[in-house]
Order: sequence, then structure tokens, then C-alpha cells
Amino acid sequence: MTAKPKIVVGLGTCGIAAGGREVYKAIEKALTDNSIDAELTQTGCIGACENEVLVDIVKPGQPRISYGKVTEEKIGEVITNHLLNDKIDREFALGKIGEGELPAEYDDLPNFFVDLPFYEKQVRLCLRNCGFINPEVIDEYVERDGYEALKKVITEMKPEEVVDVVKKSGLRGRGGGGFSTGLKWEFTMKAVGDKKYVVCNADEGDPGAFMDRSILEGDPHSVMEGMAIAGYAVGADEGYVYCRAEYPLAVKRLKLAIEQAKEKNLLGENIMGTDFSFDLKVKEGAGAFVCGEETALLMSIEGKRGMPRPRPPFPANEGLFAKPTCLNNVETFANVPVVILDGPDKFASIGTEGSKGTKVFALTGSINRTGLAEVPMGITLKEVVFDVAGGIIDDGKFKAVQAGGPSGGCIPEDLLHLPIDYDSLTGAGAMMGSGGLVVMGEDTCMVDIARYFLTFTQSESCGKCTPCREGTKRMLEILQRIVAGEGEPEDIEKLKTLGEAIKDTALCGLGQTAPNPVLTTLRYFQDEYEKHIFDKRCVAGICVDLMVYLIDAELCNGCGRCRKACPVGAVSGEKKELHTIDTETCIKCGVCVEKCKQEAISLQS
Amino acid sequence: MTKLNVTINGLPVEAEAGMTILEAAELAGIDIPTFCHDPQLVGAGACRICIVEVENARNLPASCVTPIWDGMVINTESDRAVQARKANLSLLLANHPLDCLTCEKSGACSLQDYCYKYGVSETDYVGEGKDYAVEDSNPFYERDMNKCILCGKCARVCHEINGAGAIDYAFRGFTSTISPAFGEPVENSPCVFCGMCTDICPVGALTPKLSKGKGRVWEINKVKTICPYCGTGCAIDLHVKGNEIVGASGNREGLANKGHVCVKGHYGWDFVHSPDRLTKPLIKKDGKFEEASWDEALSLVADKFKAAGAEGLAGLSSARCTNEDNYLFQKLLRMMGSNSVDHCARL
Amino acid sequence: MKAENDFNYAAVDNIYDTWKAQKGALIPMLQEIQHEFGFLPRTALEYLSKKLNQPISQIYGVCTFYSQFHLKPRGQHIIRVCQGTACHVRGIAKIATALEDELQVPVGDTTEDLLFTYESVACVGCCGLAPVMMIDDVTYGRLIATAVPDILKKYERGEDNDS
Ligand SMILES: Cc1cc2nc3c(=O)[nH]c(=O)nc-3n(C[C@H](O)[C@H](O)[C@H](O)COP(=O)(O)O)c2cc1C
Ligand code: SF4
Ligand code: SF4
Ligand code: SF4
Ligand code: FES
Ligand code: FES
Repeated sequence: MTAKPKIVVGLGTCGIAAGGREVYKAIEKALTDNSIDAELTQTGCIGACENEVLVDIVKPGQPRISYGKVTEEKIGEVITNHLLNDKIDREFALGKIGEGELPAEYDDLPNFFVDLPFYEKQVRLCLRNCGFINPEVIDEYVERDGYEALKKVITEMKPEEVVDVVKKSGLRGRGGGGFSTGLKWEFTMKAVGDKKYVVCNADEGDPGAFMDRSILEGDPHSVMEGMAIAGYAVGADEGYVYCRAEYPLAVKRLKLAIEQAKEKNLLGENIMGTDFSFDLKVKEGAGAFVCGEETALLMSIEGKRGMPRPRPPFPANEGLFAKPTCLNNVETFANVPVVILDGPDKFASIGTEGSKGTKVFALTGSINRTGLAEVPMGITLKEVVFDVAGGIIDDGKFKAVQAGGPSGGCIPEDLLHLPIDYDSLTGAGAMMGSGGLVVMGEDTCMVDIARYFLTFTQSESCGKCTPCREGTKRMLEILQRIVAGEGEPEDIEKLKTLGEAIKDTALCGLGQTAPNPVLTTLRYFQDEYEKHIFDKRCVAGICVDLMVYLIDAELCNGCGRCRKACPVGAVSGEKKELHTIDTETCIKCGVCVEKCKQEAISLQS
Repeated sequence: MTKLNVTINGLPVEAEAGMTILEAAELAGIDIPTFCHDPQLVGAGACRICIVEVENARNLPASCVTPIWDGMVINTESDRAVQARKANLSLLLANHPLDCLTCEKSGACSLQDYCYKYGVSETDYVGEGKDYAVEDSNPFYERDMNKCILCGKCARVCHEINGAGAIDYAFRGFTSTISPAFGEPVENSPCVFCGMCTDICPVGALTPKLSKGKGRVWEINKVKTICPYCGTGCAIDLHVKGNEIVGASGNREGLANKGHVCVKGHYGWDFVHSPDRLTKPLIKKDGKFEEASWDEALSLVADKFKAAGAEGLAGLSSARCTNEDNYLFQKLLRMMGSNSVDHCARL
Repeated sequence: MKAENDFNYAAVDNIYDTWKAQKGALIPMLQEIQHEFGFLPRTALEYLSKKLNQPISQIYGVCTFYSQFHLKPRGQHIIRVCQGTACHVRGIAKIATALEDELQVPVGDTTEDLLFTYESVACVGCCGLAPVMMIDDVTYGRLIATAVPDILKKYERGEDNDS
């Protein structure tokens, strides 16, 4: 136990965005001003994004207290109260973590990971260190059994044994495909080559997904350790982490972590005095979602356009620079040390028949608790949406959840009982994907959502193959017409035919999955499409082109502000009398709504 | 070589391990449409017109890049495959000018052929289309990227076979195109105007200018010959309409060149019909050339040979002649008693 | 041309030398050239093409493939508005309108004074804080449209270096 009190500020990208750095400075100032001797440090994301900025205070002998939603202004007071007066500010305190005595009046403080509904159903394997350790200090990782798995592997095990353990654990790729990690390692191990590589896919480009970023920012060593273990197993001495360009903090922390690991001989030549050498490099992406696809990713590392190529040959046989390459996702690698240290059986005891272990989900959308949650496989979608994420905001009604980002599909309420595993989700037309879960309430228009996802994939198509390059464009044009009220009766059939043809014939996963959001919304919400096409109505009230601005006769006091503001003169009315909007002239800019102090103007479908 | 047994359209086919579905189908005499495939280029799997249905496969694999496995059951014209192929044709048509009436490629255009074969007469998916300026500032060929279906073969032939690397994919997704760097016209690129890209283009995006308007594909006879320009001995096809040469292209059966050509063989045939070309012998009289009959000219040359005598006679032949011509030339000189024969390629 | 002669070839040389030992390092080279010049000048690319002995058409193909690369000069600060799902759902459109009002340029363009380049980006990975925009490496979350002018003013006054 530290003799000094310790203050930990969550400084992942989300924490920083919520003002973490300012809070950090305010704490520094409060400590100096009050001459408090405490250790101030940082950590990565603990997952409860909704509660950023998070600050934890640990007093020797007491449990760690987590404060959420703290502000630059208030934090000084919280700190001095806690450290000088043993007073816990209940306005900010989220809960306690770990052992120790607290004044009796705080007995009712919830136990962070056990009592908080967000954490109650979580099982934290990958995220075991996120939010606890300072990712910029290797010793903190080492203290929590860091690099023990690597040590065990390179000093006690043969490569074949490592592959067997990973196979036995049932670990499947967390990057979306769900391929058996052990099998992949076995193929790479058996492939003949004078040189082999390990590559970590950290290109996480799905909108709505940020699991990999949080792991890299909060616990980079766990991924590096997993990669080194893979290197030993498959016979590679060099690895690359291909990291998305938009993740500067992750890149910075990774580079620092690699340096620190090399200094400690946990990476580099003759690791821990053995014959095993493993070097690691970070490659930054340059802005192309398709580079998350494995062959495109390899092209990109080779300095080419990230255009996927046909497989076979698979990377395990012909990968980076045509050498056998073991390519896995960030989360997959982060699981590996756990699999090794806990043993394959313990790992396999979590989850379902076909999907073992846990999965980290990025929970976003219209839910009460957004953030990162690591849940055991097999838990139902319902539990995730309602128990972990706390249901729909403002007591709204659930409509659908988009699983698997733009490659996935939407899942309606009557399928919420589905367990989360690779096969059930695929069966429903969605997919596990990398783990984005976007929850949508009643006020979401499913046609608009489908259009939104397709806009993304369409703009990220690499352009190599016909169905994806031309087909997604045409599907998007049809959807754009429908939301603009210009849909035609045959559009639904066209979307289906085209969607199926693209799925069937596209070269890579991007194109093969791009129609999913459209096909699933068509499957579960065809009536909404029909309303848009035949009745020119958007029930959710989202598609502006299908709506009109109306002035509420009860509320309007005839002030005329809207009339003056309207750029096209669509509003008419005498002073002090009811105003009206000519829906034909109105361009739906919404300026009038902002100007009206009576809140009398609104969009109506 | 290990033999594998596959079934294509119900037909048992014995093929070699490592072959693609397309190659196995070829063995069995079954045609599969292709745009982006060329046996001389690295497989791309880009156009997806060659997709086929394979039993127990999740989707429709591209036959040009998918290796066969033992016991594979393939159907190249199943309903599902045909539907998908039609959808892809329809998509290509949606983004392709339909000026077949005046297109030079009409009759030899793969897009036209497959649309005919599958009965795709118009697109189901009208929408935004390409809008590039046609580039015709160089003397050799016109580039109309509006017609390009992005099979990528031109760029690949330019990099993989010519080595000039003048053009490549540029931009991404729907806005992709094939272009020299910075969108410059090809004459400002390392292009050497071999024209192999124009030969390989399956559609009418790259058109040799000299041949424009000189005849429809079906009026043209291809006559195989050896390029007259250098000693490499490239086989070329002269495109002949009536008794006039209207174009040329590489001939893939040529052992020396396998269809590869350079600017001279490809575009240097127009001299044949040049009005400036000498068709009658000229004899210099009083410092001026005057037309003469063949008899007159040949007698003059024979007289001069005689006067020089075997010792005074030497022959210098040209690399532009075929081996056979060169052989006959040295034979001639030796019959005239001279051993002084040489050839420009040796200089 | 004067500008040609003035071109800082030494910078390209240095970048080339740093990376030449690593196989296939075109992309990091381009990233550093862009870092050095603010964009990818044609002269630099043509020079690099000769040093690498790689066709310029291929390099151009790479530059135009990745959205991070720019062949034209860019603003001193890059504003990226998130077009991700969460931000979409939580009203990024209003923020975008506010930005356009302030900057007077459409998405993809640079302000005349070269201070800001205004872009949109697919999810910056802070969906919990939606709607979100980034200016350079700084993320602004839980945005409201009325806060936009003040944020921009900070940059106009050059007070952005405190983070
Ligand atoms: C368009 C597309 C995008 C992808 N993006 C990612 C990604 O961001 N991260 C990732 O790990 N895998 C991504 N994948 C999956 C990879 O191709 C690959 O299957 C995965 O990285 C393998 O690792 P795993 O077996 O550990 O999952 C993507 C696939 C496609 C088709
Ligand atoms: S499916 Fe799309 S992203 Fe994939 S190769 Fe084809 S065009 Fe490129
Ligand atoms: S003419 Fe030859 S060198 Fe020029 S672009 Fe075509 S293939 Fe390349
Ligand atoms: S110009 Fe012709 S050969 Fe080149 S990509 Fe386009 S269609 Fe293919
Ligand atoms: S010919 Fe096979 S994909 Fe183009
Ligand atoms: S959607 Fe905006 S941060 Fe993810």
C-alpha cells in the first residue's frame, strides 16, 4: 500500500475531451494550495464514459473512491474534503473499489464493480487494467502480473503448446470475423517462410466503436504482450501495430510502452535472456476504413493503396511482404495473456458453446449509460441494453439496436432475447462486428439510419470491385430518394435485389456486409419504408423533407419574430395575430423555430 | 502435378491442383465472362462478372482468382449467378455512356457482348454518372474515362508488363479513376505510347486515334505479321479493311513478344499508305532524281555491282528485316562472291 | 521559377533518409512530408518518386486514396466535425451549421486566411460525449451550437497551445 494518498485522473481520449486535463491542473493547484502531499497520476478509460471526468482517490488503508462527472471548479473542494476532512462528496462519488475501512456514515456507498448497475453484469478480462494502471508507467502493468504470461510461454512452453492452449481456450477473433485464433496461429506456425510477422489490427474504424482505442490507451502492454506471445508461437520476430490515424493518444502511449518494454528487455533481442527476440513497430493509418480489412491493411503497411486482394492466399500463408503473417485484432491479443495465465479451461468456462470468454462493447445511442462494457458471451442483448446500459434515455421506448456497426444489422425488440455470440447475431442478419452497439429509441427513423450507415460504407468503398463501388452508390441514391419523399413503389424490390447481389459478389467484407443495415431494416421495419414511399410520411419525425413546420395557434402571440427571420418569406401574419407558414415556400431551415420565444413552431409529420 | 476432380455445370472435369475455377472451366470448354482477368497479369478479382455458384460456399466466388478444390461442384450459369451477373452489368451500364452507335469498340466490346448474352438492354439503376473530359491531346490514343469500367487492366499492363508505370488507380470508391499522376494528360507522364493498354481495354475507353472512323470491327480482317521496325520480331496483327491497313495490335501468339508491342509496331503503320511513299524507282540524273522503270533501275544497280567486282562489294542489312529476309540477303551477297556482309544490329 | 529553386529538398532528403531502411515506408514518408509542408507539394512527390525509384502515378494513387493526405495547402488548424452515429443522433447538424456560419466555407475547404480547414470525419471515437468535434488533436464534446464561436475565437487569438 502506498503511504501517500493517490489521486488518479481518467485521461483517455474521452476523459480529455470531457475536460480531464483541466481537472488534472485544478487538482495540482488544490494540492499545492493546501500543501497536501499526494501522488497525482493518470489512467486510461474505465468505460463509464457517461461519467467522465472520472477521478479516483485512494487513501492508505481505505478503499478507492471513484468520483464521476467532476468539474474543474468543484474538484478542488472534493479533494480537500476527502483528504483533509475525510468527507466524501456524495454529489460526485460513484462508489468504492477494493478493501479498507471507511467512516461508518459511508457504509452505504455502492461497491463500484458489484453494485453499480453498469458494472454488475460485466466480467473484465480485457479491460482488467483499464482505469487502474497508469498506461505510461510499465511498472504498474508489471505489478499486476504483466509479462508473466510471456515469461511462462518463452521459458516453459513449446510453440506448439502455446497454439494448443489458445485453441483449447476457444478464443475467437474479436475483429469481427470470429475466426478461431488458435487455428489461425497454427496455420501461421505451420506455414513455411524465412521470415514471419505478427500484425495487430488497431484500425478500428466503425463509427460507434471505441473498444480498441480504450484498450490501447488504457493498457497498451496487454496487447503487446499478446503479440509477443503470438510471435513466439508462430515463429515471428517482428510485429506491427497498424493503428488508426485518428487515435493520436493511443499511438503515443503505444510508442512509449514499446520503449519501456525494450528497456526492460521484455521486447527486443533475447527477451528475458532467452533465444526469443521480438521487435515491434507502430504504423499509423492514413484515413481509410477499408484498411481494417486484413489484406487492405497489409497493402497499406507495404505503402500501397489499401485495396483488398482476393483470398486465398490467406495472410497466414502469404501476408505482409508475402511472408506468413499472423494478424489479429487488439482485443484478441489483449485476451491472450489471460488465456495463458488463467489457463484455457477457466477462459472457456465463460461464454457459450461456440463463443468463449467476454466481448467488449461500445454502448452508444439513446441509452442512459453510454460507455464501454465487457460482458460474458451468451448474455442477452436485452441485459446489455437494459441492465448494463440502463435502457432508453428520457424513459423512451426501445426500437432497435444496431450491432456490428455499418457492417452489421439492426435487431428489433422481439429478438432482444438473443444471446450475444457470433452465430446468433449472424443468424439475425446482424453480426458481432468489432463490438459497436448503437441503441435506438422510438424517435429513430429506420430508413434514415439505413441511409446513414450506407453513406458511411459507400464513401469508404475502395472502388476496386464493381458491386461495391457502383452498387452501394445506387442503393444510397435510392435511399436518399426515399427519405426525400421521392421513393417509388419498386424501390423496395430494387434495394433487396441489389443488396443481395452486392452481398453475394463483392470482393471483400466491406462490400459483402454493406447492404446489411438496409436489408435488416427492410426485414424488420419494411412498413416504415412503405410509409415513406406510399404515404410520404416519416413516423419518427426525422426525415425533414417529409415534414412541415407548423405554428401552434394556442402558443403563438403574433410577435412576428419568425416572419422577420424567415429567409424566404414563408411566414405571414399581422402583428399580434396568429402567424402561419406557407409549407410550399418553406425551405425547412428551422430559423423560425430558434427565433420563436413561445416555442410555438415545430416539425410535424 | 496432382489432379483434382471437379464438376462444372454437371460435367466432370479433371484439372490440376492450383488451377482457378476459370482455368478448369476453360479446360472443359466452358466460357465464363471476364473483364478484369488476363492470364498475363496478376489476378485482381475486381470486376466480379466471373462469379460462379459453388456448392456450400457462402457467397459467389470470382472464378478467375478462386482455386479449385477436390470435389468442388461449380455452376457457372445458375440462377443466382446469372442474377448477380445481370445486376453487375446493370450497375456498369448505369455509369457508362450508351453511345455504342458511334463507339469504335462496338462489336468487340466485352460489356456489349455480355449485356447481349444476358439480355441487359438498359440499367435498372439510373443515377449520378461519371463526367470526365475526353482526353485526346496526344497523337496516339484517346482516353475517355467515362467509358472505363475500372477493370484496372490498363494500369496493370503498364506497370507489370511495360514497366512505364504511367497510369494507376487514383482517388477512391465511386470517384476512382485511372489516371497519370496529378491528372496530367498521358503525354506529360512516363507513357511511352506502347498502346498495350488500348489493346487490353475490354471496352471503348482507350481508342487508337489513327484507326478512328476507319471501319467497324466486323469489317476488319486481322492479318498476322512480324513488325517491320526492329529485330525483336514481335508478332503483330495488322487490321485490314478491304486492301487498306487501318490499325495494328499485338498478337499474343508471337513467341518473341506474346502480344506485347511498342509504339512503333502499334502505331507506326500509317506510312504504308502514305502518298509520299516511293512506289517507283528514282535515278539521279544531273543531280536530280527522276522516275525510272524497274528494268532500268535494276540494270543500273547490276551494272554498278559488276563494276565494283566481288572485292568491292559489301552488304549492310537491316534489323527491320525479318530473319528470313536477312538470310536471303547474305545468300545473295555470297552468290555475288562477297563475304562482306553486316547488319545494323551489330553496330 | 523562383519557387521551384527555393524548394526545401533537404527536408525531403531527411525524411527519405529516416525511413529508407524500412521496407514499404511510403506512407510514413508522405505523413512526414505533409507534416513538414502542411500538405503534399507536387515537387516533393516528384522528387520522392525519383529517390524511391517508384512511379509517380503509384505515389499519386496512394496520396489520393487516403483521406488524410492533401495535395493542396491547408489551414493552420483542422476542424473535424464528427459525422458518426451517436453524433448524428445527438444533433451534430446544428453544430455544423454554426461552424459554417462562422467560417463561411463549406466542408472540405480552407478559410481564406489559411487559419482553419473545415472537414467532416467519421466517428472520432468519443460517442459517449456526442456531439463531438475535434480541432487539431483536441476533442470538444457535449457541444452546443452557441459555444462554437467562442471556441473558434480562442484559436483566432492563438490561445490554443495550453492543452
Ligand atoms: C471493412 C472491414 C473493416 C474491418 N475493420 C476492422 C477493424 O477495424 N479492426 C479489426 O480488428 N478488424 C477489422 N476487420 C476484420 C479484419 O479483416 C480481420 O478479420 C481481423 O482483424 C482479424 O483479427 P481477429 O481474428 O483477431 O478478429 C475489418 C474487416 C472489414 C471487411
Ligand atoms: S467490396 Fe468494396 S471495399 Fe471491398 S474490394 Fe470491393 S470495392 Fe473495395
Ligand atoms: S501506352 Fe503503354 S506506356 Fe502508355 S499508358 Fe498505355 S501501357 Fe502505359
Ligand atoms: S481504361 Fe479500359 S483497361 Fe483501363 S481500367 Fe478502364 S476499362 Fe479497364
Ligand atoms: S474477371 Fe474475375 S473478377 Fe474480373
Ligand atoms: S459518433 Fe461522434 S464520436 Fe462517435
